[in-house]
Amino acid sequence: MLKTPLPFPSRCRWQAAWLLSILLVCASQTPPALAGTPASLVSPPSLTPPTGLSPPPAPGSTANKGSTAGKRSTASPGSTAGLGSTATPSPLDTERTLANGLRIVVHEDHRAPTAVVQVWYRVGSVDESDGHSGLAHVLEHMMFKGTPKVPVGRFSKIIARAGGKDNAFTGQDHTAYFEQIHRDQLALALTMEADRMVNLSFRDSDFASEIKVVMEERHLRTDDQPKALVEEQLMATALVSNPYRRPIIGWLDDLQHMTADDARSWYRTWYAPNNAILVVAGDVQPEQVFRLAQKTFGPLKPHPLPQRRPQQEPEQLGARRIAVRATAGQPYLAIAWPGPALRDVEHDWEPFALELLAGVLAGGDTGRFGEHLVHGDQVAVTADAGFEDIRRGPGIFSVEGTPAPGVTAEALERSLLAQIHDIQQHGVSEGELKRVKAQVISEQIYGHDSTFFQAMQIGTFDALGLPWREADRVPVRLQQITAEQVRQVAQRYLIPEHANLAVLEPLPVGKASAPTPAGETGAAVPAAVPAEDHHAH
Amino acid sequence: MRIEHTMLRAALRLALAGGLLVAAVANAALPIQRWQTRQGAQVQFVEEHALPMLDVQLDVAAGNAYDPAGKAGLADLVVQNLNDGTAQRDEQTLARALADVGAVLTAHTGQDRATVALRTLSAAEARTAATGVLTEILQSPAFPAAAFERERARSLATLQESLAQADGLAERAFYPRLFPGHGYGAVISPESLQAIQRDDLDRFYRARYRAPGAVLTLVGDLSRAEAERLAEQLAAALPAGPAAALLTAPTEAVQAGEIRIDHPGTQAHILLGQQGMAFGDPDYAALMVANYVLGGGGFSSRLTDEVREKRGLTYGVTSTFTPLAHGGMFSIQLETRRDQAQQALALVRKVLADFVAQGPTEAELRDAKRYLVGSFPLRLDSNHKQLDFISSMGFHHLPADWREAYPRQMAAVTLAQVRDAIRRRLHPDQLLTVVVGGEAR
Repeated sequence: MLKTPLPFPSRCRWQAAWLLSILLVCASQTPPALAGTPASLVSPPSLTPPTGLSPPPAPGSTANKGSTAGKRSTASPGSTAGLGSTATPSPLDTERTLANGLRIVVHEDHRAPTAVVQVWYRVGSVDESDGHSGLAHVLEHMMFKGTPKVPVGRFSKIIARAGGKDNAFTGQDHTAYFEQIHRDQLALALTMEADRMVNLSFRDSDFASEIKVVMEERHLRTDDQPKALVEEQLMATALVSNPYRRPIIGWLDDLQHMTADDARSWYRTWYAPNNAILVVAGDVQPEQVFRLAQKTFGPLKPHPLPQRRPQQEPEQLGARRIAVRATAGQPYLAIAWPGPALRDVEHDWEPFALELLAGVLAGGDTGRFGEHLVHGDQVAVTADAGFEDIRRGPGIFSVEGTPAPGVTAEALERSLLAQIHDIQQHGVSEGELKRVKAQVISEQIYGHDSTFFQAMQIGTFDALGLPWREADRVPVRLQQITAEQVRQVAQRYLIPEHANLAVLEPLPVGKASAPTPAGETGAAVPAAVPAEDHHAH
Repeated sequence: MRIEHTMLRAALRLALAGGLLVAAVANAALPIQRWQTRQGAQVQFVEEHALPMLDVQLDVAAGNAYDPAGKAGLADLVVQNLNDGTAQRDEQTLARALADVGAVLTAHTGQDRATVALRTLSAAEARTAATGVLTEILQSPAFPAAAFERERARSLATLQESLAQADGLAERAFYPRLFPGHGYGAVISPESLQAIQRDDLDRFYRARYRAPGAVLTLVGDLSRAEAERLAEQLAAALPAGPAAALLTAPTEAVQAGEIRIDHPGTQAHILLGQQGMAFGDPDYAALMVANYVLGGGGFSSRLTDEVREKRGLTYGVTSTFTPLAHGGMFSIQLETRRDQAQQALALVRKVLADFVAQGPTEAELRDAKRYLVGSFPLRLDSNHKQLDFISSMGFHHLPADWREAYPRQMAAVTLAQVRDAIRRRLHPDQLLTVVVGGEAR
């Protein structure tokens, strides 16, 4: 079983696929669903250019498809760390904080004359309240709707004319905006980002139009995606008080009732230099970046930020189980357990042990799920595991799988849990742990191939208040985890009483409405159309 | 805020001044070293020592379009099963050998190509182990019957899912009518997967994965001498024989017209298309520039402006020229809430017809060229991007200086060329349209 390569920057092969989609939601148009179909599973040419020489990606439709960027798996590449005998790239980054509170981090990489600019705001869907879900993400869309100096519709065009790409993404804990540009266009990107940090001024009519776009985005990414629906319902079940229970994209009803003033108020509350981090990575000099940042962001005034409540999730008192019925071709199930988020890189160990546990279960082709359930018993078409811990709210350990034809979801559930049970009983072998750790080291180095990924990692850490330099320490800390510690966290966290399980019950496509032959408009319709194209199987 | 205002003006001037940035672009990338192995494989090598890693990619003309009649899915099953065991080691042992050194082996097919790619640390121990596995897999893939049955069952399951989703249904209706009677139009079906036997994999592999016609691309921390040795080793592992026969260009016309397929989804998925251009087409640059203006340029494109920005009808609408080795495709794709499908479709058709009739404005042309030239370094700014770009160049036999010539070619496109090209090459009245979902009429 050879894997189809994942689009950059997914080095996160241990992440549960359904969790990949919860973190980030892009503002700009994204290559639609067809583009995401693995080439190896589809016969027709993908509509997305299949080769490196095909049309270049449009500005705005970046590699960041909202599904993977910024996700950290066990294999999170840090930027330094001399591990073992493996040569690692030397660290070339540095930081500064302006008088108005704006933090700046620069990561140098001089292989190509390009740079990535990312402005991170420490605000995300976690800061929304009931009835206002989706607001952080809607504001992200509105950030392209104009300032007095850069009117609506101009931002991306100006960047594109300068040979750059821009986009943005919203997560549970942060909202970020970015430009990928030639190094000579750094001043342009910083100037425009500084401008919209404080001068956003959009019309009601632009909000009215854009909220429709966001609802279309929700339809595309969630309402018509069975696994995304499972994920959304599962999070709403697994968490009772923590705002992670709400989808980043927002409930449809909340979107339908959102107003332009809701978005303006959100902007006034959260957008300020003292709530932001500027990350610049690429062919730049730190002093040059600091100088430009001082000129562009320096004059902006900070303002007080709201106090945040911890919203600690109460302990789960028993297993929860739900069903999700949706149009789908196959059943599917996902299980989530709450776990510890990473708070202190040097002293926490449980999050790292859980990351390695996910790697032992589902790392690459050699995880236990792959070897035993996909290959050995052949009860699963796919099976995955992941642990989310670089976040403000509770960590979530997830397991998910698609049963093989003829295998019920219940049977696959038993098989997945049996694999976990085996680790709880007998632990993991030194050999498999060593294998997972070897991948941690290599993924760390591969991560250096992408300046965008480097910037993402810095931003993710810093936006959480974790010292970003400690991202470099993560692979080192992972190396220190023992097989016994992996067993301990499996025993402590993956317990039946804390399990949340969602099963997708597929509704056949033909059931809802029978296929009908083509109508006609304009040009001639083929007289005879092969039935297979009209009938959904 | 005065400083800021001044800065903004200055920055905007900077962005808009200085022509098309060709000079800034030209200084970029490391040279591409090229040679042939003794067996006739073409090698491309970029010696990049900045990171202690190496990417190796094999491309062969063994993509989906080469599936034998009635056996659509074979090319995919070959790459899926390639690492499922060799004469020496079983699949678990092979996978562990790679994982133990942190190497990652991937494979996929496109229409023309099958691609097998290895990413490994460049340190001798890891590199030797990882390239050893790759060599062994290419030398003696066993295609064990049990693994074959398993992978075919997985492919069937995945197919079942795509048959339930609007985008999958749209593709399946689209390609056979776009490329009737040609490999580019073949789609996988449960029957075609069932028709494939284990021995088909072996035959296909031995016939199509041969050194002559194969392209090996290496990017990373390796010396020239090491690269030569590795390329020889990999090429020697491939099955012997002359280069496999290639496809010819599609000859049948597109089955134009509108196909509607019911689906209960919230959104309708809409595809419009016609045949496009192959790699090396003389209109390549003009059509790339044109498409940027029409629907390739994100927020700078007319389609996004009209359908998304002005009316909020979609999250994404794009137009794309997809060049292939022996033909190509032009397509427009969007999704919209099902009750808006007709409105959106009519609008897309109008935008396209207007564009073909009038062509871009001078300002649109200038902006498109600025982007296509100025953004070119972003397509090469990582080892992985270089690998992707250069492997395509090699596989499609593009001129050796294509990478350097690309920005110049884009910069040289004139308004007259674009207008002429789109009138000759785009035919809004002869499109194939597929709508999945939406209101019944």
